Amino acid sequence: MAEAITADGLTKAFGRTKALDGLDLTVHTGEVHGFLGPNGAGKTTTIRVLLGLMRADGGRATLLGGDPWADATELHRRLAYVPGDVTLWPNLTGGEVIDLLGRLRGGLDGKRRADLVERFGLDPRKKGRTYSKGNRQKVALVAALASDVELLILDEPTSGLDPLMEEEFRQVVAEERERGDRTVLLSSHILSEVEALCDRVTIIRAGRTVEAGTLDELRHLGRITIDASLAHVPADLGSLPGVHDLSSYGSHVHLSVDQPALDDVMRHLAGAGLRSLVSRPPTLEELFLRHYRQDAPVGAAR
Amino acid sequence: MTGTWALLRLALRRDRWLMPLWILGLALALAPVGYLSSIKAAYPDAVARQHFYDLNASSATFVVRNGPLYGSSVGNLLAWQCGFVPVVVGLIALLTVVRHTRTEEEAGRRELTGATVVGRHAGLAAAVLAACAACLAFGLLTALGVAAQGEPVAGALALGAGFALAGWVFAGAGAVAAQLTWGASGARGIGIAALVLAFLLRAAGDGSSAGWLAWLSPIGWAHRLRPFAGEQWWVLSPGVLATALLVVAAVALSARRDLGAALLPARLGRETAKASLRSPLALAWRLQRGALLVWTVCLALVGLLMGGVAQNVAEMMRDNRAVAEVFSRMGGGGAVLDAYLAGTMTLFGLAAAGYAVQATLKLRAEETAGRAEPVLATAVGRRGWALAHLTFALAGSAFVLAVTGAATGIAYGSGFALVPAALAQLPAVWVLAGLAALLIGFLPRFAAAAWGLLAAFLLLSLVGTALQWSSTVLGISPFQHLPRLPGGTFSVTPALCLVLIAATAVVASLLALRRRDIPVG
Repeated sequence: MAEAITADGLTKAFGRTKALDGLDLTVHTGEVHGFLGPNGAGKTTTIRVLLGLMRADGGRATLLGGDPWADATELHRRLAYVPGDVTLWPNLTGGEVIDLLGRLRGGLDGKRRADLVERFGLDPRKKGRTYSKGNRQKVALVAALASDVELLILDEPTSGLDPLMEEEFRQVVAEERERGDRTVLLSSHILSEVEALCDRVTIIRAGRTVEAGTLDELRHLGRITIDASLAHVPADLGSLPGVHDLSSYGSHVHLSVDQPALDDVMRHLAGAGLRSLVSRPPTLEELFLRHYRQDAPVGAAR
Repeated sequence: MTGTWALLRLALRRDRWLMPLWILGLALALAPVGYLSSIKAAYPDAVARQHFYDLNASSATFVVRNGPLYGSSVGNLLAWQCGFVPVVVGLIALLTVVRHTRTEEEAGRRELTGATVVGRHAGLAAAVLAACAACLAFGLLTALGVAAQGEPVAGALALGAGFALAGWVFAGAGAVAAQLTWGASGARGIGIAALVLAFLLRAAGDGSSAGWLAWLSPIGWAHRLRPFAGEQWWVLSPGVLATALLVVAAVALSARRDLGAALLPARLGRETAKASLRSPLALAWRLQRGALLVWTVCLALVGLLMGGVAQNVAEMMRDNRAVAEVFSRMGGGGAVLDAYLAGTMTLFGLAAAGYAVQATLKLRAEETAGRAEPVLATAVGRRGWALAHLTFALAGSAFVLAVTGAATGIAYGSGFALVPAALAQLPAVWVLAGLAALLIGFLPRFAAAAWGLLAAFLLLSLVGTALQWSSTVLGISPFQHLPRLPGGTFSVTPALCLVLIAATAVVASLLALRRRDIPVG
């Protein structure tokens, strides 16, 4: 089975709010997939549909080869989920919650549990009501990561963690990726995290997929940024097709170029007495912002 | 203390409905102003009152419940009938202080106000002031209301002062408790434990020869002011002193701790879960057992009390036709004692329905708190999750009723004979659980309306029967179709119908739950 998750034209409305509006998502088995979107783009709703907690109004979804709504209980044995907003039972300790959720899922790797508790610096003896947001998140993360499952669904798992723990989380996920047999769907709006961890990403906006592919593929869609020092700045540089955001001071120019026009622009620069050149592919942040700076209204529900 | 005035206004603003409601409601509608007219109506002359005095002043059960009865004047009877009021005022004062201190801190709102220009102790001071002012207003209203109906002014003042002072002492106790624990619920627990201790000391002192025990209790002080029986004004001083000491202690404790911290450390629990915590039912047990225990103990205590006073009540009712008629209408025909017990069982049925509704609504509480989602994302199906909690609503209410029936019977002297009578209430209790489940399945946002249904049935049972509403209207309440036990006869058909209705509702709710989104906001 090559696809762990497929979603095809998912729609879901809450009253008059369209949370999902034709969302597509494909996650290959064994990859770490970044699921990007600003607050209210529909990330959590998509995940709830994939978990069979919510029923899509339209479209089709498969999860681990099954129907997420009809086969929910069976499929849940093979996945672990960390919600975006973790709330714990006030009178259960963190350790009890980890064990309970693991057992309800069908089992927990005791050694790995101990290892993760140690690495995240979690005190599992505290009662749920006394944990901070970050520590609640750690409880849910340990419960999910210590389960021997095929698929991990993580909804903004690091939003409450401090930088040290975020780094620890990255390492743990990187190790999961090394194993090769686990699939991870990582919803996030922390771009550096996604850039560091993910093989492929899907960017959504207002309940619709706007971009999907490997980071390299996405970069090809973006503009390349160029900083160059020239003997003389050609006057027609700004009028070349594919050149944007041109600025120059003295002999220095800064511009961004669409991928297909790069060859042509480089030739122009070389002809102008190139002294130094720095070129940079688009960052995920630039790709991301490009989609969100558009003026169409953004849906309100998550 | 900078900012106390601003925070006091904030507290009063937040309680602008709650506070007037309890002050006016408690003073005018129920006790003491409302009681006065009912006492005058039920015991119009000195002979009747003397009879009442002879019957009750020496009855240990009644004295334990209400405190000493000092004489046979209307004022004496009033003060005695209001014996529980200091407990209620103390409870409200305590909860008010905790609500405005520890709850605020736990919710993180005190951090918000604490970062503005307010003094360290301003929040504590504002909470205590708000509670004490409310108690004082209640005391004054009581004194005014009673004096205005022609009772001696000194007695009316002593009565109101006793109430207000009990409130003050427990406001102080609440302030101390709020410094001790980690969470508001722990603070409430300590405060309520102190209140129960004060009540037990008072009851033990009044009910036995060790009268000095009652002097240790702030609730006892309210009685020992002797309203309408040669007021002992100096008894006000221990109350004022205790309040002052408690507030000073709370301030000293609060100065020694950080925001959010507690003097009693948060206890650490288990590092790993017990082997048994591995099913939705085991989880539901952990989440529901506390409430089940509290309901069972409280109702069993009420059962002991109701069973214990049964004989006295029967005597009183034989003398008082009006009271007897109310009881027999509510509880059906038969001997007066049976009528009283059957009426008591109806009350227990309604109370057990309260438990059943609460246990069922736990499902909805788990859903809105976001705690259903992680469970349902495991291999637990929705039906299994829902049934785990419904088990407590259905079987738990049976347990509550059985224990309560047994307690009533033991205190009454008939052993376990009243257990079947208590269990006969179950079909109606289950109907309410089923209706609550139905709301959760189909109209989750309005699930709390189950409490409204219970209130409506309560109204029909208590007020509707007393006012002799038509049987069609009364028949809306499932409790109206239950047998009147003891004394009546048990017929299978209505009980079976109610059980079927409950079962249908539960099944329909499970089907609806399978079809809808979770969570629904």
